[in-house]
Amino acid sequence: MLRKKECVAMLLAGGQGSRLYALTNNIAKPAVAFGAKYRIIDFPLSNCINSGIDTVGVLTQYEPLELNEYIGNGQPWDLDRAFGGVHILSPYQAKKKQSWFEGTANAIYQNMHFMKKYNPDYVLILSGDHIYKMDYAAMLRAHKATGADCTIAAIEVPMKEAPRFGILNTNADGTIYEFEEKPKVPKSNLASMGIYIFTAEKLFKYLEEDEANPNSSKDFGKDILPTMLAAGEKMFSYRFKGYWKDVGTISSLWESNMDLLGADPAFDVSSNDWKIHSRNPLAPPEYVGEKAVIENALVALGCEIEGTVQNSVLASNVIVEEGAVVRDSVIMAGTVVKAGAVVDYSIIDENVTIEKGATVGEPKAKGVGIAVLGRGITVAEGASVAGGKILDKDYKGE
Amino acid sequence: MARSTVGVIFSNIHDENIPEISSHRTMASVPFGGRYRLIDFALSNMVNSGITTVGIVTKNNYQSLIDHLGSGKDWDLARKDGGIILLPPYSNETDKPYSTRLEALMGITSFLRHRNEDYVVISDCDGIAHMNIGDIVNYHEEKGADITMVYHEEKEPSESSYFITLQPDQEGRITGLKINPSDLKKGKKYNLYINIMIMSREFLINTIQSAVQRGFSSFGRDILAKKVNTLKIYGYEFKGYYAAVDSLQDYYKHSMELLNKPVREELFGARDIYTKVRDSAPSKYLTGAVVKDSLISDGCVIEGTVENCILFRGVKIGKGTQVKNCVLMQDTVIGENVKLESVITDKNVVIRDRRTLAGCAELPYFVSKGRML
Repeated sequence: MLRKKECVAMLLAGGQGSRLYALTNNIAKPAVAFGAKYRIIDFPLSNCINSGIDTVGVLTQYEPLELNEYIGNGQPWDLDRAFGGVHILSPYQAKKKQSWFEGTANAIYQNMHFMKKYNPDYVLILSGDHIYKMDYAAMLRAHKATGADCTIAAIEVPMKEAPRFGILNTNADGTIYEFEEKPKVPKSNLASMGIYIFTAEKLFKYLEEDEANPNSSKDFGKDILPTMLAAGEKMFSYRFKGYWKDVGTISSLWESNMDLLGADPAFDVSSNDWKIHSRNPLAPPEYVGEKAVIENALVALGCEIEGTVQNSVLASNVIVEEGAVVRDSVIMAGTVVKAGAVVDYSIIDENVTIEKGATVGEPKAKGVGIAVLGRGITVAEGASVAGGKILDKDYKGE
Repeated sequence: MARSTVGVIFSNIHDENIPEISSHRTMASVPFGGRYRLIDFALSNMVNSGITTVGIVTKNNYQSLIDHLGSGKDWDLARKDGGIILLPPYSNETDKPYSTRLEALMGITSFLRHRNEDYVVISDCDGIAHMNIGDIVNYHEEKGADITMVYHEEKEPSESSYFITLQPDQEGRITGLKINPSDLKKGKKYNLYINIMIMSREFLINTIQSAVQRGFSSFGRDILAKKVNTLKIYGYEFKGYYAAVDSLQDYYKHSMELLNKPVREELFGARDIYTKVRDSAPSKYLTGAVVKDSLISDGCVIEGTVENCILFRGVKIGKGTQVKNCVLMQDTVIGENVKLESVITDKNVVIRDRRTLAGCAELPYFVSKGRML
């Protein structure tokens, strides 16, 4: 019997995430830390395994080192499999040519051999940019039930935000009659989530045709989907209701982290029925000291908190010394906030040192904007980083 | 690096020390320090010293231990060659499972024979320490010892049922060895053997064989105590933090010691202590939470007041609740407006709203696994 997988997932993880500025200087966006112990890619990977999809190709291009290391053999997601599992797919040199991935469609095209190895009936295309929990198996059932050639997951967004998305115009039965990429005047507020299920043979056919077309930008949203629609293929929308957030900007990344806080959070990572798997830090339980004040916070292992932490998300091994204050902020692993320092309304990357008495950011109520400190930098003793400022080098003050 | 050393861990010996917690599990799988089991310390010390094969001797109640260890991957011990090897008791129709350490060793001779490492380190699970096994192996080699026994200087004589004191000479050679001496005085210092010893694999196999021929039954009485003058037995003094879990009071005392920064730094700071990964969410502190001087593990949700406590993974503390000087094991759920002082709860305990429970430092109140109060 031919060994096969019914559905193979292809996860586009090559994006630079340039709107995250200093946070993606040296790492790909899907590897950006999120929610105290996760990275963005944990969400699509966990969704895959929880949906019973155990074969995932992760397409990397921009600064892949850390992402590759993080995914490793896939064991934290139960994706270390003898047949299937998670595989990193990087651009490669071939006999005829060598090339970077030129667009989302081209990236998938270049890895056709990977998909074909599993002889799949369906291919699920994902991106590594979003925080959400979704049962792809339910979407696949819908795809099969409608007999679609392509099913696009879609979510209703506020009308005023619709021009930022690919908008689906659909009939009452969910069939798509028009696809508009970032329309100025949207006809509907049904946004594409960038999650597609294709019937494999159709996908392969259109990828090959698109590759041969010199005028194509080799993009799913701009080329493949409109071409399929024009050719009269059956394209359905699949309505998703639930939390879904693009964390591609500083403010959306901050908001999404804050959405985890509270007794009844907008997005719950703690439920056991849809577990979010991740590579776990090797660290002891966090220690909260004698003089600490800690309220409305999410804290990972290995932290040592002697100061005040409010409305914040702290990743593993963060140290907040006595008298230091962290408010309305996201602090990534290994960062040290020394005695008397104040961090307000900021995102601080990994292994940053904020020396004694320094201030970073300004109170959220002032509305100045989120301060961002890039990986590994030091803010000198007593220095003051203004709200909204983005730094990727050591800072000694103005 | 103790590269050419194989580890052997006894998971059951000392089970009787804390019957409250180990009645339904091995000593090895007694939870400790928020997210660990006692065996994690012995295993991590071995792994961090470069040991890649560890045989784990089990006797009974080892289901929770097997569940904890899994394939060994969380300790980096899922190996093609070696890794974690469970050694369940060997018995046939006439024999009972082993009742002494020597009998247990007899049962694992084929495991020892099939290995090719030069040395064997034998460790129990009752001790909590951060120890470099490689240093002890080097010492053993340097001294040309037959057996090296690790000891720790203790001021208070232990109250455990079975213990050994050592008298080393200036060179470290053991010249006197007493089993369960009755003349211990409080306040005086003793070199207490801490149940870790090293010998060459060949020496161990030969010793076991001759013990079988002579019908010996006790490693301590028949071999160590009798041959202290003929064998080259050396003592290696471990000078770091060492906590032996000899009783529930001890367990409680040593748990609370983790709130001291130097202890925490010594145990967790320099090296990693590996344990089973549970993929819990980060711990969550809600509005109204007050937490002081406590260790909090992943998956906890805290809405009340927590002071001087060790909270294991997944513990929930309700609104208006006050817990003080408590050790709350995995998935303990404390309702609202509860008052707890000096309480140890085992796994999956539920304390309902408005209950009050109190023990004291000398005698913590213990709530056994899965109880609902």
